Amino acid sequence: MARHEVESEVTGNVWKVLMTPGAAVSEGDVIMILESMKMEIPVESPSDGTLAEVCVAEEQQVEEDQLLAVVEA
Amino acid sequence: MHKVLIANRGAIARRVVRACHQLGLKSVVVYSEADAGAPYLEEASEAYALLGVTPKDTYLNQAVLLAIARDSGADAIHPGYGFLAENVDFAEAVLQQGITFIGPRPTWLAQMGDKVAARALMAQHGFPVFAGSELLTDPQQAAALAADIGYPVMVKPTGGGGGMGMVVVEDESDLANAMAQASAIAGSAFADSGVYLERYLSHPRHIEFQILADGRGNALHLYERECSVQRRNQKLLEESPAPGLDADQVAAVAQQAAAVCAQLGYDNVGTLESLFTQDQKVGFLEMNTRIQVEHGVTEAVTGCDLVATQIALADGADLPSQPPLDGFAMEVRLYAEDPDTLLPSTGRLAVFRPPNMQGLRVETGYQEGQILTPYYDAMLAKLIAHGDTREKAIGRLLVGLKAFEVVGVKTNAALLMSILQHPRFLNGQVDTGLVDAIRQNQ
Repeated sequence: MARHEVESEVTGNVWKVLMTPGAAVSEGDVIMILESMKMEIPVESPSDGTLAEVCVAEEQQVEEDQLLAVVEA
Repeated sequence: MHKVLIANRGAIARRVVRACHQLGLKSVVVYSEADAGAPYLEEASEAYALLGVTPKDTYLNQAVLLAIARDSGADAIHPGYGFLAENVDFAEAVLQQGITFIGPRPTWLAQMGDKVAARALMAQHGFPVFAGSELLTDPQQAAALAADIGYPVMVKPTGGGGGMGMVVVEDESDLANAMAQASAIAGSAFADSGVYLERYLSHPRHIEFQILADGRGNALHLYERECSVQRRNQKLLEESPAPGLDADQVAAVAQQAAAVCAQLGYDNVGTLESLFTQDQKVGFLEMNTRIQVEHGVTEAVTGCDLVATQIALADGADLPSQPPLDGFAMEVRLYAEDPDTLLPSTGRLAVFRPPNMQGLRVETGYQEGQILTPYYDAMLAKLIAHGDTREKAIGRLLVGLKAFEVVGVKTNAALLMSILQHPRFLNGQVDTGLVDAIRQNQ
């Protein structure tokens, strides 16, 4: 089973987490939305599979390259 | 009016400080911990620190801002744009403290802030509107209405702005999801979680009209601004006059916009935003009840100081006479963002040297050494060029962008320069699809 780590591309904060662990995901599904400099930045699933972990909570600050979620394909 | 508190930050805070100085008014600025190095803190008469960095704790913190107004003896508050500029509760609280709110009356903030009500009001007064729905709750009702309007449709939050939360729906199978998504986003970002439908127009032109009004039944327009060059529904470049449109038609719509505002008894400044379709149909988009980011474009072609005029109108002054249109003006917004991914870029401005050139005005709230945080928008500076031809204004912006030295964050300067040199843009063939078309060809 392949494990895909989803990392933040920006420094910002977690605005909305749209999925919970265990959810079936398709490639491109939006797992959460980050906010940085008043921009919405959707975080998409890199593959089809299951959302194994959500590593951050809403309103949490995140740094560039910080682990956000894990998808198991 | 003697002393103005500016409840904002960045370029607009600095701009209002300058207008206050010109009018002989004292200016009071506020600053979050993230903005402690901003250049306008020393330019203002007084500066008060706000505890914290998030918008909620600082520039959206009504109680603290009102307390500072009281403590500093300010008799007017300028809300700038964004933050509390269109917040009805804040405007009412300001007035209740006996302080002048430099903006339209709260009733206009409420009426125009509700996008469905605003569209209905405009339609009542004979201004053209495109097909759209009332506020929606039931997905089945939405499906029937969307079928009437015709796909693709746009699901929009009624309390929204800046393009946030809008979702385009291609067919009925995606409608329920899109409604849930728009509603969830609206619920967390805006006071109102309601959504409505509008016909989605393919690559329209975004044309807006600057309005001045005195609240006594008089209003005039200061011509149009072409704002179609956008990415993610946010403006990148604005100009006046609008190129490549029927000038008589644009002038007629401008007159109609001013006439509706006069009939309504609207006051202070406002911008009526409209869409022009490729077959020259016009429809109301929204009315912004504040000074706009791109006000400098209109200032350049009219010679009217819009911020000073706004302050004077709030103090009960009469409307100025309508100035003639002088030349061509164009603004680009320099953003701290990656030119390839368009993602925001934070960091320290190790080098920040705006150009100083004839025919070019730079508005920025930053100076060298400051740190760009993720808490506020990514706009570093506005460059506003004026010339007796459109080509001259474009040339001045190109030279200005090239001369603008920024080290420490990525900027969109290269994207702005490729727009300014693109044949479609040079021919005046601007529409909301232009930026995507340019990026896809790179």
